[in-house]
Amino acid sequence: MTRLATPAPWRLRRTNTGAKWVDAASSRYSLAHTGDPMPPAAPILARTTLTCITRAFATLESQRRPAMRRSFLPRGPILRAALGPLCAVALALGLPVTGARAAEPIRIGEMNSYKAQPAFLAPYRKGMELAVDQINAAGGIGGRPLELIIRDDGGNPGDAIRVAEELITREKVDVLAGTFLSHVGLAVAGFADKRKVFFLAAEPLTDKITWSDGNRYTFRLRPSTYMQVAMLMPAAVEKKAKRWAIVYPNYEYGQSAAATFKEKLKAAQPDVEFVAEQATPLGKLDAGPVVQALADARPDAVFNVLFGPDLAKFVREMNAREALKDTFFVSLLSGEPEYLDPLKGEAPVGWVVTGYPWYDIPTPAHQAFLDAYQKAYGEPPRLGSIVGYTAITSLAAGLKKAGSTDPEKLVAAFEGLDVVGPFGPFQYRASDHQATMGAFVGPIGLKDGMGVMLDPVYVDGLSVLPSDDEVKKLRPAAR
Amino acid sequence: MALDALVFQAVNGLASASGLFLVAAGLSIIFGVTRIVNMAHGSFYMFGLYIAVTVADRLPSPFDFWGGVLVAVALTALIGALVELVLLRRIYRAPELYQLLATFALMLVMNDAALWLWGPEDQLGPRAAGLTGTVELLGRRLPDYDIFLALAGPAVLLGLNRLLTRSRFGRLIRAATQDREMVAALGVNEAVLFTAVFALGAGIAGLGGALQMPREPASLTLDLAVLGDAFVVVVIGGMGSIRGAYVAAVIVAQVKALCIALGTVELGGLAFNMSKLTLVAEFLVMALVLVVRPHGLFGRPAPATRIHASAVEAPLVPLGPGGRGAALAAIALFAAMPLIGDSFAYAPVLAQDVLIAVLFAASLHFIMGPGGMASFGHAAYFGLGAYGAAYAFLTLGVSTPAALVLGPAIAGLGAVVFGWFSVRLEGVYFAMLTLAFAQIVWSIVFQWEEVTGGSNGLFGVWPEGVLESPTGFYLASFALVLAGVLVLRRLAFSPFGHALRAARDSALRAQASGIDIARVRWLAFIIAGTLCGLAGTLFAFAKGSISPEAISVGRSIDALVMVLLGGVQSLLGPLFGASAFTLLQDTVMRETAYWRALLGALMIAVVLLFPGGIAGGLSDIAARLRRAAGRP
Amino acid sequence: MIAPVLQVEQLAKSYGGVRALDGVSFDIRPGELLALIGPNGAGKSTCFNIVNGQLRPDAGTVRILGRDATGLPPRAIARLGVGRTFQIAAVFGSMTVVENVQIAWLAAHRTVFAFWNPLANRHRAEALELLEQTGMAELADRPAASLAYGDVKRLELAVALAGNPKLLLMDEPTAGMSTAERGALIALVKALTTERGLAVLFTEHSMDVVFGHADRVIVLARGRLIADGSVDAVRADPKVREVYLGSGLASGERR
Repeated sequence: MTRLATPAPWRLRRTNTGAKWVDAASSRYSLAHTGDPMPPAAPILARTTLTCITRAFATLESQRRPAMRRSFLPRGPILRAALGPLCAVALALGLPVTGARAAEPIRIGEMNSYKAQPAFLAPYRKGMELAVDQINAAGGIGGRPLELIIRDDGGNPGDAIRVAEELITREKVDVLAGTFLSHVGLAVAGFADKRKVFFLAAEPLTDKITWSDGNRYTFRLRPSTYMQVAMLMPAAVEKKAKRWAIVYPNYEYGQSAAATFKEKLKAAQPDVEFVAEQATPLGKLDAGPVVQALADARPDAVFNVLFGPDLAKFVREMNAREALKDTFFVSLLSGEPEYLDPLKGEAPVGWVVTGYPWYDIPTPAHQAFLDAYQKAYGEPPRLGSIVGYTAITSLAAGLKKAGSTDPEKLVAAFEGLDVVGPFGPFQYRASDHQATMGAFVGPIGLKDGMGVMLDPVYVDGLSVLPSDDEVKKLRPAAR
Repeated sequence: MALDALVFQAVNGLASASGLFLVAAGLSIIFGVTRIVNMAHGSFYMFGLYIAVTVADRLPSPFDFWGGVLVAVALTALIGALVELVLLRRIYRAPELYQLLATFALMLVMNDAALWLWGPEDQLGPRAAGLTGTVELLGRRLPDYDIFLALAGPAVLLGLNRLLTRSRFGRLIRAATQDREMVAALGVNEAVLFTAVFALGAGIAGLGGALQMPREPASLTLDLAVLGDAFVVVVIGGMGSIRGAYVAAVIVAQVKALCIALGTVELGGLAFNMSKLTLVAEFLVMALVLVVRPHGLFGRPAPATRIHASAVEAPLVPLGPGGRGAALAAIALFAAMPLIGDSFAYAPVLAQDVLIAVLFAASLHFIMGPGGMASFGHAAYFGLGAYGAAYAFLTLGVSTPAALVLGPAIAGLGAVVFGWFSVRLEGVYFAMLTLAFAQIVWSIVFQWEEVTGGSNGLFGVWPEGVLESPTGFYLASFALVLAGVLVLRRLAFSPFGHALRAARDSALRAQASGIDIARVRWLAFIIAGTLCGLAGTLFAFAKGSISPEAISVGRSIDALVMVLLGGVQSLLGPLFGASAFTLLQDTVMRETAYWRALLGALMIAVVLLFPGGIAGGLSDIAARLRRAAGRP
Repeated sequence: MIAPVLQVEQLAKSYGGVRALDGVSFDIRPGELLALIGPNGAGKSTCFNIVNGQLRPDAGTVRILGRDATGLPPRAIARLGVGRTFQIAAVFGSMTVVENVQIAWLAAHRTVFAFWNPLANRHRAEALELLEQTGMAELADRPAASLAYGDVKRLELAVALAGNPKLLLMDEPTAGMSTAERGALIALVKALTTERGLAVLFTEHSMDVVFGHADRVIVLARGRLIADGSVDAVRADPKVREVYLGSGLASGERR
């Protein structure tokens, strides 16, 4: 056992012994020996054996309960209260704590807009921590445990760059990961390129991060805006609707989704007519007038890009006005529990959406994840949980393949890296550094008074991505 | 576009207008009587909606909705009264705008309280029992609730009017709106009146939030989203005029509904999507109204409020030997930062951010302190500088030093234009016009994909040449920021700086002495804008990118908070405030998940302990120490 | 005959149909202390504010030192050589006493747009001399905000004189002062008038001050000028007595 307690992400100060640090937020002690350059040999041997035995479990997504959950809210106080002082005393007396000096952890600097996007990122964080627990319980990577150092990126690029600097200079992290907001992700990607640091952009959707602004050191996990739109195209084309309307939040995500949708639909169905286009201010949708304006255009079908509170307002207003009742909808992300659940019984039945039907994915990989997650947290996962979990799984796979934390080796390892996540196997493409992890598509229905995706189909990311040759033209900036 | 569609949208607009009016009315009443710019107003609205949803979920239909609304109004009013009693009451004597700092801190605390109480997920409440149907109008269906809401606004307007004109309480409020001193002199218990008014305002905000229950989910972003709207409506209508607030709400809602109804229009072969204008429509209206009518539609020039004697700023005094020594030590520390950096690698990174914040805050302080012009849109010049430099650097391919000149120049140019209009306005109207201009700049930057990179911004703005190394760039920023701060200090002591103070202390006296107030203020505004642009330029190069957030309301508020936190009445205030704010934020962001609440609590502590900001507190302590040591 | 410093001709001003001023004409010569009196609502403030530029007349002209100043803004009036004090004395509270005079001096000499050398080093001697004349020299380095009201009035006078004006407009110069202070202040003004050849137009409620110190008095009633003459002539004027007795001259005298 390497550590008696898992690493605490929010911590106050580190004592200068280098052997102990105190997590003030939860008053937990951790005994990761971060300052020791040469770990003793014997424990390494032991650990390697352990690693061999447990590796199988790790790749199959271990079902073991994580040793301890990490959250800002202290859990299991008695255990901690007992263990903490005990270890502190042991340390003070200079007693060897088994395995405490075993191996220097691999430090993952994770930064995200926890404060700005709590609904998505609280589950994301749980997903990450679950994965770290499982990997460490299985012996870590090459005998080294993973250590997560989590930071709030402030929800803006200015703070995010400072946080990235802090993670690199002060925390000496080996890789950067995270970000949710596209502009923050892009800024950190640019920083990673400049400082030649490996960066796994977990959540941002913007196409730019892998294409027009793509760079050598940045990889992206979640299916991009382009991919998500492309996943909806078959349903949209199949409907053979002539008159389409589009409603989207007025910023890059909405704009590029709308543009991609129009381009693709026009190509598949040249006689299509776009009869209305509403670009609404993010978070400040004036739902009544917008729904009415769309209805007045009498579309046969609508492409929706709204999400979050805007989506709820939009759907409410449709119901209240009995407007657009028989109109066909395709909608981005609306099947993600983060956005679907708050609608409760008012979920828009019949909309074809991309999302995450955690209740209806009967693969062993996903079942294993689902069981572990529910066991650990007592609640169902959200899409954020999948992204967080898979991000860590990806990093672990990449680190293992690279056999090093050197950024250049990591980049080489990630290009063409095969990963098995809860959604099954996928690959980080060498051509554009985009993961081919897919998403689920299906119509919304009601079950027990809650919105669900009916008969969800998993769409492999690779099937909706442009070919490697096309992608090369899209990546002028990448060397 | 069919006429009946436009008419129907106008009816829709009336429901939205009521929503806007309800938020604005409470703000207007609170400002009118207490002169508090209540930044936490949106929080009361948000709490109103959360409380209503929570209560409604626990009540059986048909009492769910209406019970929720009632409890929400009562509880928000109660919270409002508590806030006034516990927090605001202690700081009425602080310099103007310190209440802004306190209420801003309160907003941070309340937001985290909502997160703690209700969790991160949006919560959609039930629809209003008895009002879930629709009526047919012009071949379209209009929800009953929209009709109810469209009537609720005017009903509250009439109710408030009655309250203000017929009751003793109302007459006192009106009297206090016109002349606070007079009411106090008449022996009215001001304290009770203020508590009541604050509770009333908060309760109306809570009502506004609760009444949105059938239309939108309770979410944690509501407070800020609503705050901007409320200010806009109050200012367009004229501060303190309830009737004006309603008219303004109708105008704003109608303009938006029209933009949405028009959709994509063809103009001379160019297709333009009018719905995109809803991003900034209210601010366009506000700027237009303020340029034509400097006190809003129904506002009257504010009576000259006498500043409390304790709030008058002390004359400028050059630093004594101790102060000079401390300043030199601070300069030496910053200059030596790259050397320290070897052992504390993060220190120079943080110092870089502190430097930029210092120039940002000091430039605002120049117009806000000596100039008495509190800009709520200072981030506009920060952003103009940053974007100007980034665009010149990336697209025009100029060198880094040239971009460092071009950025501030473009910001200065922006200040020339916006300043010309703004400096003619007083007090809150000045603040709001600067805010409107900042929002207009923001929305242009946000949408002009080809030039500004749209909502993502511009990337790859890394300095080149000698400035490429972090140390090189740090030292260059340090030299530029130091020069900027010294220039501002020098200006403050110069005749120009005193003319600026003169215009602030007594505009009448200054004019009677032949000082051209508008020109003095305009020039100060341009200087502040240019130096703020320099801060923005440095920011773009330090971060390698620039995004629209740099121009957002939040960024402008950051600058205000830094100045107030440091102490608006001292030239050193912004330096302390910017450093403390940056360091605090950096630290608390790592400490706890509830870092916003912690930041807010710390700010409240500063306001309560040192009503003159950090600089004021330090000089108090210094004075006390001197007295204790028996020196004069 | 010496040319008048201020010539007012046929001034008229209405507010929503009510004539506040109706054909008012008068003038002031150098060295003259002219009191403008009248019962409440007679149009004193309107007349005064038209002369100082805060209001624009509907008709009539204001000439200052022979130049047409009708409708000019206060700052332009100031630049013609007009100094001014306010009913509620206005000084720059965040500056020291001497700085108040220095900035006024610089403003009058159109040199406030100077950005480098500190104000402290500029024309301090001249400012101190003015403070000397108004009896404020000892308080030169005190913050203006800390002064007693009587001293604020004196400081304001020094500030108003910093531009070396030819005409001084004083709105109720002794309002809010004790009887002793009033006498001292008006005596000071009188002395300065003589010494500098200054013309002073002042409004005043205190009849003691008016009849004790003014060289000449003009009386307004319901927007019209009803008397213009020496103190004795005005005091004896039956029209004035009627106006004041009707509206409380006696109380005015006792105040």
